Amino acid sequence: MRKTEIAVIGGGPAGLMAALAAAEMGAEVTLVDKNNNLGGQLVKQTHMFFGSEKEHASTRGIDIGKLLAKEAQNHSKIKIMNNSEVIGYYPDDGVIGIEVEEEKFVKLKADKIIIATGASEKFLPFVNNDLPGIYGAGAVQTLMNEHGVVPGNDVLMVGAGNIGLIVSYQLMQAGVNVKAIIDAAPKIGGYLVHASKVARLGVPILTSYSVKAAYPNQITKALERASIWKVDQNWQPIPGTEKVLKVDVLCISVGLSPLAELLWQAGCNMKYVPQLGGHVPTRTNDLETSVTGIYVAGDVAGVEEASSAMIEGRLAGLNAAKSLGYDNGTYEEKHQEALNQLHDLRSGPVGEKIREGISQLVS
Amino acid sequence: MLLQNGIPTTEDLETRIPPKERLAKGPVVMIECFQEIPCNPCNTACKQGAIQEFKDINDKPEIDYDNCTGCGLCVSKCPGLAIFIIDETYSDKEATVSLPYEFLPLPKEGQEVDLLDRGGNKVSQGKVVKIRNGKYEDRTPVITVAVPKELSMVVRNIRVGGDGK
Ligand SMILES: Cc1cc2nc3c(=O)[nH]c(=O)nc-3n(C[C@H](O)[C@H](O)[C@H](O)COP(=O)(O)OP(=O)(O)OC[C@H]3O[C@@H](n4cnc5c(N)ncnc54)[C@H](O)[C@@H]3O)c2cc1C
Ligand code: SF4
Ligand code: SF4
Repeated sequence: MRKTEIAVIGGGPAGLMAALAAAEMGAEVTLVDKNNNLGGQLVKQTHMFFGSEKEHASTRGIDIGKLLAKEAQNHSKIKIMNNSEVIGYYPDDGVIGIEVEEEKFVKLKADKIIIATGASEKFLPFVNNDLPGIYGAGAVQTLMNEHGVVPGNDVLMVGAGNIGLIVSYQLMQAGVNVKAIIDAAPKIGGYLVHASKVARLGVPILTSYSVKAAYPNQITKALERASIWKVDQNWQPIPGTEKVLKVDVLCISVGLSPLAELLWQAGCNMKYVPQLGGHVPTRTNDLETSVTGIYVAGDVAGVEEASSAMIEGRLAGLNAAKSLGYDNGTYEEKHQEALNQLHDLRSGPVGEKIREGISQLVS
Repeated sequence: MLLQNGIPTTEDLETRIPPKERLAKGPVVMIECFQEIPCNPCNTACKQGAIQEFKDINDKPEIDYDNCTGCGLCVSKCPGLAIFIIDETYSDKEATVSLPYEFLPLPKEGQEVDLLDRGGNKVSQGKVVKIRNGKYEDRTPVITVAVPKELSMVVRNIRVGGDGK
């Protein structure tokens, strides 16, 4: 069995920052990620990021990912296991079970664990939602931005949150026509600057609209048309308002929910908090869950943003290291700085939902 | 309505249009950022102190138009692509609009392109006057186009190789 002082599960922005912060304090870290490349969601983000300059705002997501991954790879205290999926946690003996390259099973025992597994996409129920041509936004991004393949010619985007808006923009950049972006909510959920960016390209954004059904081509059986209809204030569809769009791609981007399986297995106290995307663990201000020694950071702790995921990662990393007695003399200062940064990021009107969510969790 | 379709209304824009006197003096910034979001690169990009220090990262950018030289260095740094430079002194009949443009193919200087409004509708045609696409712009080229003067507050995008729609 392998041993490590701090195991970080997930190598997205949260996990990378956690590993770097803990290693800087002097702890010895093992960073485990199921993908070949580190960076998590950042690998797919070709657009410039928001947030504060300190958290690399205005740099493209993909470049932030590369920067952090390189730093982690070069750090002597960090051991990286990629192509390694954590498939179980055994609370009785505190052992993590890892499948390496889909063939080897490795056990890892860690003194402290930081879970930073991110989130997965939600899907949407409607007639024929399993036709070829219907994708989650993440799949479309992976196709385009990692493999350089366009998903089709004409797209209906469902969801006007940041992800729906950004992926629409990236589709247009790739020469794919986005016929419309619809959202059942009465207002655009994403940042208005992103909405204006796609509106300027001539993409109509239709709020208070939902998908009614998808229709296949008789011969290919793949998506050929989709019908949408208006919904009222109670999200009930209004018959007679149907519109039919000729599209060969329907992209669903209706939100993410935290990938919390490992937290459940570990017996962490979980709570359903819709503002944070689903079931999330209760935690201290320092991101320790109800199970001593298990920390969380990033989207798995509540779906938010890369900028906050990075700071949470740093905070969890600092605290995990400190709890093992590591402090290179800068803990106090860095700890306070991270808390302040999180506070600032969440202080505005768009942070209200997050603040409400977190207030239900922090003990 | 901005919140429903992403297109700012005249009332939204009024708060963001630079003062007439300043527009009469030459190129100046217009920032179409209407919502408090946790974002501040515009402030850090401006070395003239024209985009005021953010007290809170959620603040909307406040502009001191007298300090703005119209240099355009903030345009490619805004992740919202919400910053434009307007020069109403370009010629008798024409103004220029400088805008961020992340599409291929890029136009060439001197090329005639379609001029689009905030809803992506073609409103006119105009010549590309200048393209900035160096290391500083980092893959967000800044295109300056000449537009009929009366459209200086209307044109916010271009289409290259337009289909004449
Ligand atoms: C289209 C889009 C645009 C966005 N734009 C912005 C933006 O402009 N600004 C911003 O701040 N944020 C943005 N975000 C959000 C941002 O990408 C996420 O909030 C951020 O990536 C969350 O970081 P994370 O580390 O928590 O999770 P992730 O980035 O999801 O990383 C999780 C990692 O864990 C790994 N993992 C999961 N389960 C296991 C397991 N069992 N074993 C091993 N490894 C595992 C995954 O492989 C992954 O690498 C955007 C997101 C999307 C999808
Ligand atoms: S155009 Fe130049 S001076 Fe004016 S706000 Fe932008 S960076 Fe500052
Ligand atoms: S950088 Fe752009 S989106 Fe961000 S606050 Fe400034 S103007 Fe708004």
